[in-house]
Order: sequence, then C-alpha cells, then structure tokens
Amino acid sequence: MSRIDSCFDRLEQQGRKALIPYVTAGDPNPEVTVPLMHALVEAGADILELGVPFSDPMADGPVIQLACERALKHHTRLLDVLAMVKTFREQDGETPVVLMGYLNPIEVLGYERFVELAADAGVDGVLTVDLPPEESEEFVQLLKARAMDAIYLLAPTTEESRIAQVCQSGSGYVYYVSVKGVTGSAALDVAEVERKVRQIRQHTDVRIGVGFGIRDAASAKAIASVSDGAIVGSVLVNKIAELADSPAEIPAAVAAIVKEMRQAMDA
Amino acid sequence: MPTNIDLAKLKQLPDARGHFGPYGGRFVSETLIAALQDLERTYEKLWRDPAFQAEFDRDLAHYVGRPSPLYFAEHLTRHVGGAQIYLKREDLNHTGAHKVNNTIGQALLAKYTGKPRVIAETGAGQHGVASATVAARLGLECQVYMGAEDVERQKLNVYRMKLLGAEVISVESGTRTLKDAMNEAMRDWVTNVDNTFYIIGTAAGPHPYPKLVRDFQAVIGREARQQCLEQAGRLPDALVACVGGGSNAIGLFHPFIEDEAVRMVGVEAGGHGIETGEHAAPLSAGRPGVLHGNRTYLMEDDAGQILGTHSVSAGLDYPGVGPEHAWLKDCGRAEYVAATDDEAMDAFRLLTRIEGIMPALESSHAVAHAMKMAKEMDPDQIIVVNLSGRGDKDIHTVAQIDGIEV
Repeated sequence: MSRIDSCFDRLEQQGRKALIPYVTAGDPNPEVTVPLMHALVEAGADILELGVPFSDPMADGPVIQLACERALKHHTRLLDVLAMVKTFREQDGETPVVLMGYLNPIEVLGYERFVELAADAGVDGVLTVDLPPEESEEFVQLLKARAMDAIYLLAPTTEESRIAQVCQSGSGYVYYVSVKGVTGSAALDVAEVERKVRQIRQHTDVRIGVGFGIRDAASAKAIASVSDGAIVGSVLVNKIAELADSPAEIPAAVAAIVKEMRQAMDA
Repeated sequence: MPTNIDLAKLKQLPDARGHFGPYGGRFVSETLIAALQDLERTYEKLWRDPAFQAEFDRDLAHYVGRPSPLYFAEHLTRHVGGAQIYLKREDLNHTGAHKVNNTIGQALLAKYTGKPRVIAETGAGQHGVASATVAARLGLECQVYMGAEDVERQKLNVYRMKLLGAEVISVESGTRTLKDAMNEAMRDWVTNVDNTFYIIGTAAGPHPYPKLVRDFQAVIGREARQQCLEQAGRLPDALVACVGGGSNAIGLFHPFIEDEAVRMVGVEAGGHGIETGEHAAPLSAGRPGVLHGNRTYLMEDDAGQILGTHSVSAGLDYPGVGPEHAWLKDCGRAEYVAATDDEAMDAFRLLTRIEGIMPALESSHAVAHAMKMAKEMDPDQIIVVNLSGRGDKDIHTVAQIDGIEV
C-alpha cells in the first residue's frame, strides 16, 4: 500500500481529516525548503505538496507565480527539488510527499528518468497540472510501476460523465479545485463544494482533497468537514513572501498557520 | 523529403485527439477541459454547416475585402535577379493583416455559443486589433492581454484597440511579452470560462485551436493557389512565410501540402543571430516540449524553463510555435530557417522603396529570405511570399532605429 493510502487509512481510523500544505520548492531560497517541510509535519501536516518551480505557471495566481520567480532566481531545477525530497527522507520516512507542477520540466528529463529519480528520492505522488488523463497514459504506467500515485484534478466544470474516468486514471487522492480560477483566487462556497464532493463520491472510492481558496483555520475546518482533506497553498506562500528577507523565520511562521488549521480541524 | 510520408494523410491531421504526430494535444488544467470539448463540438458542427460557411465567406468578402490580391513584385524581382516573386497581399485586409481571417471565424463561433465576452492575447497588437474589431461589430465585451514591453513598442495598436472599445490589459509578469500575455489570457479564461470565449490568435494552444485557426486561415493558401494558376498558369515552386506562432504560414501552406513539388519555407525570427541566443526561432534552434496547452518545439533551458526571446518584431517574439509546423518540420514537408533583425529591416526598407509597399516587420522576415532564395533560382521559377501584414504599426520601431522621433 502506498504511503498516501496508509496515511488516509490511519486518519480515517482516528476520525480525522488530512491537512495538506503546499509550498514551492526553493522559495525564497533552496536552503529553506527542507527545514520548512519538517516544520510543516511537526505542526500537523499529513501530506506535503511540494511545488516544482516553472517559468510559466498558467494555472496559478500572482502569489504562486511570484514564488516560482523567487525560486527560479536561485535556479531551482526539478533535479534540485528531487534532491530536497531525498534529504527530507533522511529524517522522515513516513510523511507522503507529492510533487506538484507543470509538465515541461519533466519532459526535459524524460518520463522514465524522472520516474526513476523520483522513486529513488522517496516521492509518493505526482500532480502535473497540465497533464490531463487523456495525455498521460504512458506517464501513469511508469509511475504505477514504481508504486507512485498519479494525482489528478477535478474542477467545478468537470462534466459528471468524466469524473469516473479521471478518478480511475489516478490513485492516492483526487484534488478537487473548489473554484473556477487560478490558485489564490475567489472566496469559497462550502455548500457548493459539499454538493460536488458528494457527486464525486458517487463515482469513486478515491479520497478527495479540496484546494483553492482556503485562507484560514475556519475555512480549512469547513472544507475538511465535507471532504477527506484540506489543501492549502497561497496563504502559506504569502507568509513566505512576507518573510523573504528573513528566511530563518519562515519555518516557524508558516508552521504556526498550519498548526492553527490543524487544531481547528481536530477540534 | 522522406518518401514514406503519405501527404494526403498528413493533410488530414490532426487526429481525433488533436495530435500532429507527437505534437499538439490538449495539455491544460482540468478546469478548461470541458470548455475545450465544448468548443471542439461546436466547431466541428458549424464548420460542416453550409449556413455557417456562407456567413464566414460573406464576411471575408464584404467585411475583410477578400480575396486579397496576388501581386507580381516586378521591381523586387528585377532588383534581386532570379525567381519571380509574388506577394500574397494579406496586408490589404481590413485591419491590416491576416489576423482578421481568424477573428472573423472565432467571433462567429462566439456568437453561436452565446458568450457575451471575448478575450485575446496579442504581441504586435494585430490580433488584438482584429479581435477588438470583430467584438465591436458583434457588440461583445472585449479584453486584450498584451505584454508591457509590447504595449510600449506598439502604442498605435494599443490606441486603436481602445478606440474600438476594447480594454487593453498590460501584463507585467515574466518577460512582459507575448508568452506572458498568453499565460494571463489563460488565467482569465480559467476564471471566467462560463461567459468568455478565448480568441487565440495563432495556430497554437490546446486542441482544437491549432486546427480551427488553420482552417480559418487556409483561405490564404486556397486563394493563392488558384490565383497563381490563373496568373502564371502553374503552381509556384516555393512558398515563403514568416513564423511566430505560425498562423499566416500554415494558412498559406496547408492547401499546398499535397503539391509535393511546391517547397514550403517558414522563416523564424533570427533576432541578433541564432548563434547569439537572442532570437525567437524554436524550430531552428529549440527542441520539443510542452507549453500553452500543446507539445511543440520550444525555446527552453536545460531544466525545461521557457527562455525569453528577442525579435525586432513583436509578433514573432514567442518561444513556441504551432504544433503542425513542428510535425511538418519533422516530416520534412516544410523547411524552417531564420532571418535576423537586420535582414528584416533591410527587406522592409527595400520593399517600401521599390514597390511602394510597406510590410510589417514580421512579414519583412519572409521577404528577406525570399530574396535570398530567389537569387539562387531560375527566372522562370515562382516564389509566393505571404505579405501577412502592413508596416504602419511599426513606424515607431523603425523611426527609433533611425534615431528619429515621430
């Protein structure tokens, strides 16, 4: 069983929901990332989503665009991100790590080489924003062969007839994008999310994480209560941006936000 | 050219999933999938509908002013010495470039889908103007994304768009040129997908855009083929067109794909020279990757980050290219070369002086390479150059190079 599946199983037994923070690797510099990952776990994160910086993050709002720019100033490459995961794994063999990013850096390495390196580094899942199931047959086979999960997005616009197909292609969890828009945009409509999650559940047993638009402990709690996990990114990345000039303070400051969410979700 | 390529099949591409060989496809985030499937269905239905075709043809005739002439450039031909150079005069279209062929078509699609708002990305501003124009005519709200650097160098077109009632949004992110404008337009579309039609300006992006833009632009090649037969009594020996995203080039090339004897040459922006790295020539110096919804040749670094580009012409200043060109290159059916900023500027000046035709700086790249080719060819041979746009919009850029304040 994959680390992601066992993580959700364990949470389910405890009657808890997954808290899944996202940070961009290398933001604001590569030295911050691994200590930050450990701090997030310490604060109560169940699964980590680690963003792979890309020059043209089309699905992201300004907050994560700027995070990519900060990371790319230090030339944070996909290979560097994999090295970070490997270092993280030296002290944490349990917390699932999902890489989230765009296809082109993976294309350049080649699918086979990327999958090989990712498996060796201890990556558990890969979410490639611009690689829908229709284009990813070969890639998913390679991931599965090395026991990694392909995580797919579902959106408010996803037609019902397509939900089962997307969920079948992936494993681990599906990432339900709670709003039409880019990361960090628009306010959440929890009732609408609940309705959609219920619809998705009619088509799949795969766990459902919900992201986009979670800003604080209250919204994390609300979203977690209607799904299997809350995915939170821009609010954390915003804090990193605020502290970009004093990076030593970043792990504790970002962890504090996550801790508050954890407490609200478990209360 | 490899002999095992079936040209009839090549012409039928893309396949049902939008692939041209390994290129093209639909590499977008989930939120856009439904909109693209919907667009594909709408397009396939309407494109076969005689009423839609008739409306499109009527607009091209009476609003755009088609057919555009095929002009024998006698003075240029004599000056160069060699093959006869014909110019396909897309510069004479309403709004001054080939771009309007496509925006007329996509605006009709927008009208049939009932979306009240259109968005577009633009580099030189020609596609932005062409989008703003059709939006004005159909009473659609229109917002145009344009890189901040391009807003600066194409002031005239920015003002034209405003006069037409469009809002121009200056994009400050990334390299502040066409690729960033396209990123921002995609972000807008993802957010407003329910009420917005995205008018992509070139034969690139996620399926079905490369196909439908090509189909709307193929009127260029159909006319040129017939005009050449009528005027010269035979098909041309070579076609030459500039390639940024590549919509004017694919529009000219596509109807000739099965005419094996007709060479097809795309001219990319060589900028300061391919060897300097400061150019916008992915087919000449890039490699395959995935950007803006399709797999194609890209300018990228060894970590897969997209590189900034340089060209004197804003319309060619793009690190990718339409996927059909990528496949025509790999198949050997078309060739791709580059012309530098300086070569394009020389061609701009020459054509202006000896033919009285002021070409867009984009089209000047095609003229520059056609002149090189003509010299090596016989006087009874024929080259058709796509003069994709007129140079009025570039007066500021040219004056600046000359050190003159206009």
